[in-house]
Amino acid sequence: MALNRRDFLKSAAAASAASAVGIAVPSSLQASATEAQKDWRWDKAACRFCGTGCGIMLATKGGKIVAVKGDPAAPVNRGLNCIKGYFNAKIMYGADRLKQPLLRMNDKGEFDKQGQFKPVSWKRAFDEMEFHAKKALKASGPEGVAVFASGQYTVMEGVAAQKMMKAGFRSNAIDPNARHCMASAVVGFYQTFGIDEPSGCYDDIELTDTVISWGANMAEMHPILWSRVTDRKLSDPERVQVVNLSTYKHRTSDLADMEIIFSPSTDLAMWNYVAREIVYNHPESIDWDFVKKHIVFASQPVNIGYGMRGSDEKSIKDGKYTDLEMETISKEMAKVVSEKEGPALEPFGYKAGDNMEMKPAGLKHWEISFEEYKKFLEPYTVEYVAKISKGDPDEDIEVFKKKLKKLADLYIEKGRKVVSFWTMGMNQHTRGTWVNTLSYNVHFLLNKQAKPGEGAFSLTGQPSACGTAREVGTFCHRLPADMMVKNPKHRKICENAWKIPEGTLNPVGNQHIMKIHRDIEDGVVKFAWVNVCNPYQDSASATHWIKAAREMDNFIVCSDGYPGISAKVSDLVLPTAMIYEKWGAYGNAERRTQHWRQQVLPVGDSMSDTWQWLEFSKRFTIKDVWGEQPLRGKNKDGTPKKLPDVIAKAKAMGYKEDATMFEVLFDHERSRAFKLDPNDPIQKGYDNSECLGDSRNVKGSDGEVFKGYGFFVQKYLFEEYAAFGRGHAHDLAPFDVYHKVRGLKWPVVDGKETQWRFNAKYDPYAKKETAETGNSHAFYGGLAKKLAQGDLKGIKDKNKKSLKNKAKIFARPYMDPPEMPDENYDIWLCTGRVLEHWHSGTMTMRVPELYRAVPEALCYMHPKDAKDKGLKQGGLCWVESRRGKVKARVETRGRNRPSRGLVFVPWFDEKVFINKVCLDATCPMSKQTDYKKCAVKIYKA
Amino acid sequence: MKNLKYLLLRRVTQITILFLYFGANAYGWNMLSGTFGSSVLMGIIPLADPYTTLQVLATGFVLGADVLLGAGIIILFYMVIGGRAFCSWVCPINMVTDLANWLRRKLNLDKEEVNYRFLKRNTRYWIMVLGLIVSAVLSIAAFEVLSPITIMQRGIIFGFGMGFAVVLAIFLFDLFGVKNGWCGHLCPLGATYSIIGKTSIIRVEHDHEACTACMKCKVVCPENQVLHMVNKESIMITDGECTNCGRCIDVCDDDALTFNIRNYLKK
Amino acid sequence: MANSNNRRKFMTTTLQSVGLTALGGMLWSGYTHEVKASPLVLRPPGAIKEEDFLTACIKCGLCAEACQNRDTNIDKETGEAREGTLKMAKGGDHTLIGTPYFIPTEVPCYMCEEIPCVPVCPSGALDIASVSNEKEELDINMSRMGLAIVHKESCIAFWGIQCDACYRACPLLDVAITLEYQKNERTGKHAFLLPVVQDSACTGCGLCEMACVTEKPAIFVLPNEISKGRAGSHYVKGWDEKDQERVKDAKKIKTVNERSEKEASDYLNSGDLY
Repeated sequence: MALNRRDFLKSAAAASAASAVGIAVPSSLQASATEAQKDWRWDKAACRFCGTGCGIMLATKGGKIVAVKGDPAAPVNRGLNCIKGYFNAKIMYGADRLKQPLLRMNDKGEFDKQGQFKPVSWKRAFDEMEFHAKKALKASGPEGVAVFASGQYTVMEGVAAQKMMKAGFRSNAIDPNARHCMASAVVGFYQTFGIDEPSGCYDDIELTDTVISWGANMAEMHPILWSRVTDRKLSDPERVQVVNLSTYKHRTSDLADMEIIFSPSTDLAMWNYVAREIVYNHPESIDWDFVKKHIVFASQPVNIGYGMRGSDEKSIKDGKYTDLEMETISKEMAKVVSEKEGPALEPFGYKAGDNMEMKPAGLKHWEISFEEYKKFLEPYTVEYVAKISKGDPDEDIEVFKKKLKKLADLYIEKGRKVVSFWTMGMNQHTRGTWVNTLSYNVHFLLNKQAKPGEGAFSLTGQPSACGTAREVGTFCHRLPADMMVKNPKHRKICENAWKIPEGTLNPVGNQHIMKIHRDIEDGVVKFAWVNVCNPYQDSASATHWIKAAREMDNFIVCSDGYPGISAKVSDLVLPTAMIYEKWGAYGNAERRTQHWRQQVLPVGDSMSDTWQWLEFSKRFTIKDVWGEQPLRGKNKDGTPKKLPDVIAKAKAMGYKEDATMFEVLFDHERSRAFKLDPNDPIQKGYDNSECLGDSRNVKGSDGEVFKGYGFFVQKYLFEEYAAFGRGHAHDLAPFDVYHKVRGLKWPVVDGKETQWRFNAKYDPYAKKETAETGNSHAFYGGLAKKLAQGDLKGIKDKNKKSLKNKAKIFARPYMDPPEMPDENYDIWLCTGRVLEHWHSGTMTMRVPELYRAVPEALCYMHPKDAKDKGLKQGGLCWVESRRGKVKARVETRGRNRPSRGLVFVPWFDEKVFINKVCLDATCPMSKQTDYKKCAVKIYKA
Repeated sequence: MKNLKYLLLRRVTQITILFLYFGANAYGWNMLSGTFGSSVLMGIIPLADPYTTLQVLATGFVLGADVLLGAGIIILFYMVIGGRAFCSWVCPINMVTDLANWLRRKLNLDKEEVNYRFLKRNTRYWIMVLGLIVSAVLSIAAFEVLSPITIMQRGIIFGFGMGFAVVLAIFLFDLFGVKNGWCGHLCPLGATYSIIGKTSIIRVEHDHEACTACMKCKVVCPENQVLHMVNKESIMITDGECTNCGRCIDVCDDDALTFNIRNYLKK
Repeated sequence: MANSNNRRKFMTTTLQSVGLTALGGMLWSGYTHEVKASPLVLRPPGAIKEEDFLTACIKCGLCAEACQNRDTNIDKETGEAREGTLKMAKGGDHTLIGTPYFIPTEVPCYMCEEIPCVPVCPSGALDIASVSNEKEELDINMSRMGLAIVHKESCIAFWGIQCDACYRACPLLDVAITLEYQKNERTGKHAFLLPVVQDSACTGCGLCEMACVTEKPAIFVLPNEISKGRAGSHYVKGWDEKDQERVKDAKKIKTVNERSEKEASDYLNSGDLY
């Protein structure tokens, strides 16, 4: 019996009325009532949260998502979820979902930065955005318009934002929160393999004998993967060894056979210790055949600073930073080499007590000999490393040395398969890129990389840090498929594909996410748009950025489902469709791309980020954005940098001067080829608010009811983007295929996914590259594959030698972070997440059960530290750094158990705004913030 | 205002005491914490309700020394000084029953008093003993499960819940049922204090010379049987059931009633 | 006539008084018996056995006041005291009126190290000795307010969901609640991480119940009288030396049941055999 919704409602109402008064209901009607109760629809999707990428199924009933289940067919999770996934159905319907645009206004209804938020139409919202974006363009050129982008964008949203920013506004000031999360891993991949993303996949877990976790708390942050590790351990408890390396004790130690608590930043030293053990004490374990065929050794400058602000920057000169803050920031210019790092820096020409002048060096590196590399490793004896690395002052140093030796032995043991996992511990690190590459060193020397069950594997934090931020390239320096804005060839490829004039794309891509904040503070960026992230809660030194946004002449827009700190800081808030309210795709940490359909209509007048970008693009014509545009700085010849006028070229291509960016970039013959078809099995029966409009009849950016674009915009955006990677080892399957499978790991070649990249046996690209040599591997990535020659200290021969198909082992020493505990600020502060809450908690803090489980962020500390500072378990304390302070509750017996001298405070809780305390030092190469190390003092509140 | 002096003084005392108790919980003061059952004065001196203590002892439970000492202090205080002053100067129910009583007079309900034959003023002593027996039998302080006094006091300090009904019931009983029904007939705590307070030195004294037999004192007195000497002889009111409320003094236009100190030595 | 009338009146009055007193006594007893029958209540740390607790508690509220006003209960934002753990039972709470208790899903016991609620108890209803260690220091870990019970059917960890919210919330983490690892044969590559409450360590604070993410908590604290069985002292574990100590509780054994209630001779002399 077919029932439509109205019939269902009628019969259900009749049945309940009937049962209420106790009259007999005709049995046929009763039957249809129960049948109608089954009237929900299951459809597949990906979990909203972490980088694990679990598959889920959603039940939709009456236009709302009512239930969720793990997808039993999903290879990652086989029907299971963690408790965040368990609540996917509940995250969307919090009582305070944003339902209409809100603008800060005065009583006259004009925009007023000091005004209260009041509802406005979409039209008014876009009018304001247009006005302020044009104002910003005029004031600062393309660099004045910025976007806080996201690793939680759908792929299509990322493409739309990227195109409008880079091709439309010619601004590279679009950078995702993934910068805070994965950038060090990315640069590590680039420098080592020449191409982004892990070589292995999750199947390594089932195939390995050894799981070594370096600065990751998989038990809480990747629970489903952790349950796979646990299963592996249970399968062979004797053989399978689990090691947890961390700066504090956490839940991942539960299962571990060995726990190594190390002093912050000394993971650099420990990796080098393991490498030294291999090279000096177990040379027989080196697979020389593999190394000679596949590896070169490399060095780089070490005096590269810490990614903080420089003394020449405007806000520093304007005195916006206090003397206390400058104590740390001064290290960006110069510092004295410490006793701790002295021995490690000696091979590079520094010794303890030397003054080290910092010089930005970008990603510069050069090839060295193995002998030089060996010389570099010399200082990392067990004595030295144990002395600087032991993280628990109460642990016996001999015990610690034994642990180090056991760690090295596990790597070295012949026939033992080893996987090294890490997440934020190694990425959020002022030497994040370095430590990432050091992990591959050990695996390469032993030929334990890019093989089933063997390899160093970077786990991602966000659901689409890989799929959107990295693969689409919503970073300031990137273009799709590992192409770079700096590379003229890459720009040309994009310009051709996007049918935009040559020279349109901006070659300067340096406005990474911290730089955008700093540029707002410096008054350069005057228009910023927050997409799918919460940059005002998630960025360190937060007070500076909030002040700059609220007090300076700029216009901040925030698109979000819920009001969070960033919305509060903004001038305009746009209600935004959440994940299952739009068609989308995510890519997880093992290169698995997963698509879903729009399940329900968005709440209120919310519209997707894609729609918002496309509507915004309607407000700008070629004339507005493609004329000559100024850039900051000067060319080598002393002339001011600028972008050329490309309007004439555009006309030559057939564009009219007043054509809008919408027409140029999104709505044209190529996109209209992606037809909407109610009989297409992919589209049939599903809403598509962007393409068709929907029954809410939302009044769009022109004040009229939005009726849809009339073509399949999501499919168009995906396919146009996917074309960049196909044939370039980034092959994605066709759009429709993803709606039939449970995700595929790229490169997808001839319909088959790839488990282990660079391995000739598994990766068709590696197979092709090794056809002649017969080598086992080909590290075929194309970035930085020509190097000058030199020694540890510098380049000796500028002639660049090709290292086609080879990977690199880097000589990268231990160095101190810029801020370490001293007399005044005597304790390390480390931040991170908890299982129950996702990032800044805008979604999970609204799920009553999760809020009840973990209502506030606690300050986890050692009971003795608490006692020494006169603090009580459960009492309040101040956590204060040179930048600010927050009040938190003391926890001495919780899930995280730091040793003496370190506290851990999670950052999900806006009421324990720990990023006001954290330092915005970054890895100077990856620009990823180090949230794991700064110095604080703790005292009773 | 003369005829409100002691009434106002009592209200101030009652409310101050309740506020101190309330503040102990709400603001963490330590002037007077706990409840009548057991309190701590100034963070050190224990106080305890003698009847509650007796009930618990009747169950056979060996109470903590603090409670025994506290009950001792309270007994000593009322025995030597205060008399049955707890009922009129401390107990919050007094405000409820006084209100009922006042309304009765205003609504002329006194004239139509229903005759509850069984409800004698000495019923409270029966109840007091019965309370101890039930406590002993059930091993639980029996009056405390329904005492409107502590229910009201805890209600003020910790929140009423349904306990409000008990207080309302007392009010209605005193208003429409028996005049001075609760305090003058039923309350076993009042009975206890009547016995304890019999010997106290603070007493109301009647001056027959000054008395004009207007009988206002008898109208207003909640235990008017204690005023048997009015218009008869000049003696102190020595009956334990007198609550030392001072209403009689307030309403006396002739200065025939005053507080005085009983002098045992004089005898 | 007057005399006999008087005597009759006296007799009647006395009878009436006695009768009414007896009636009152019975009503009072019945009511009191009813209100003390609320065994599903969690008491403060150190509370003596429920039956004795009801006797001993003088309903003064000093424990609840100490709980609310402890210095670790200050609200971060307002600087004022938050709602305390201990409530004083009110009418309608279905708990003996005036006695302190707590509901974990509202405010669990945060297990303060200095246990402010216990030393203030004047009556002995909260026993300091029961929460003091050998060194006579207060030790909240020794309190036994109840025992957490996991309902496996609604506990999502038993479905394979990676939850362990209770485990992480437990103040005696990995001691009072431990994780039991089991292979998930259905998926073939995941493990169950199952919470197991350790009776020997669980204090019944209820932080697990508070943290449980199911709609109605799948882990919940019940008073010890309700949650615990008793194997009896007539059998001890032969393989466990410490368990031998239970013999000290062993009593003289005398049993009677339906089968044994008749005298032997009565049985032998009764009934037909065929």
